[in-house]
Amino acid sequence: MVIVGGGGHGLATAYYLAKLHGLTNVAVVEKGWIGGGNTGRNTTIIRSNYLNDESAGLYEHALKLWEGLSQDLNYNVMFSQRGVMNLAHNEHDVRELKRRCYANHLNGVDSDWLSTSQVKEFCPILNCDPDARYPVLGATLQRRGGVARHDAVAWGYARGADRRGVDIIQNCEVTGFRIHDGAVQGVETTKGFIGAAKVGVVVAGHATVLADMAGFRLPIDSHPLQALVSEPIKPVLDTVVMSNAVHAYISQSDKGELVIGAGADLYNSYAQRGSLPIVEETIRAIVELFPMFGRVRMLRSWGGIVDIAPDASPIISKTPVGGLYFNCGWGTGGFKATPGSGWVFAHTIARDEPHAINAAFKLDRFYSGELVAEHGAAAVAH
Amino acid sequence: MLLISCPWCGPREESEFQCGGEAHIVRPTDGAGLSDTAWGDYVFMRKNPKGVQYERWHHAAGCRRWFNVARHTVTHEILAVYRMGEPPPEVEP
Repeated sequence: MVIVGGGGHGLATAYYLAKLHGLTNVAVVEKGWIGGGNTGRNTTIIRSNYLNDESAGLYEHALKLWEGLSQDLNYNVMFSQRGVMNLAHNEHDVRELKRRCYANHLNGVDSDWLSTSQVKEFCPILNCDPDARYPVLGATLQRRGGVARHDAVAWGYARGADRRGVDIIQNCEVTGFRIHDGAVQGVETTKGFIGAAKVGVVVAGHATVLADMAGFRLPIDSHPLQALVSEPIKPVLDTVVMSNAVHAYISQSDKGELVIGAGADLYNSYAQRGSLPIVEETIRAIVELFPMFGRVRMLRSWGGIVDIAPDASPIISKTPVGGLYFNCGWGTGGFKATPGSGWVFAHTIARDEPHAINAAFKLDRFYSGELVAEHGAAAVAH
Repeated sequence: MLLISCPWCGPREESEFQCGGEAHIVRPTDGAGLSDTAWGDYVFMRKNPKGVQYERWHHAAGCRRWFNVARHTVTHEILAVYRMGEPPPEVEP
């Protein structure tokens, strides 16, 4: 079988196919280099505080895998459970976040509601002045959330898959599918044809391009999502702070850089770069929330192309083509799900049916109406 | 920063506009008799092309009128601007 896409999700899929399903005659084909797409471009935030039962099940499964991942891979992914705070700046935020907090409790997902004074105590450098441009009325805190080293996740899964017999082929772009009688027979690539009875596609922003080759439609729009890092500074921020309302999230890397994520760009793009107005809005919000960062200089910024689904939930599914499986629609928040995504996708491919955890994330939901609306928990405006 | 030529106001900065996504999606007339597949295609499925996209823009912080744009999704080059109701022009990417 072939996995198209050598990002974290594709490599995790290959790893679990080999480890849990005994399937090692697997090739991962990647048009660039492994982990060079969104895996290496995100802000590495990990949490599972989603609203709906289906999403909580999926992301919490991923979080539990994160908690044992370095041991499982025997490779340090530097998973750091430093907590993830989601700020509330208005009454609507407070109601929405409290509701999500209670929904999390019902699903066994840890989530605490913090008052303004508790927020200030937990993150002293945050501007909690009642006269601030974005007053902090409280926050949710998932203490088991945090960050991980994104490159190490790709490398760890790649090494684990490789050791179990998986072939990883870089600089190999898929140019088409060979389909006969409604079933896939293999993939055409820039390095030639690879025959395969099963093909799993997990290519983020290019999902629609691959679906076009296979002859079916996806409800995906591809947008740039930007991030930027500052020059390294002394340790100053020991948690992750996210603000839904002002489109900004921030943490500090182990190297000392402030890692800042922005909102998605307005328009469809495949350009892997974003627009400056979005950066300006994000920086404006960050400086309002953290006045002490006002004179920090930014080192670099970049964009990744994210595949946004109408309900802000992923599609991990069989397709109209037999033996062809798609894993896409992670939009602005796929990194956190990497282990869980690979785990359920491997199950879906190996058994030719979804696991109970990803059964709701089928492509058919856009025809049946069973959407999993997660715009609030997805936390990035789009 | 894109420079977008509003058909009514002339060239203005991207930050004055909102993008309304894919253009020329026609609402089916036979709503009651439509299959779930046809409804799903209409409501959710998108072309999302890597290349020229025909899309709607709204001059939100200007004249507040809607219009259509043909734009390349890799270079971001704006290849044509045309009014609502006009057919999509042929453009060379």
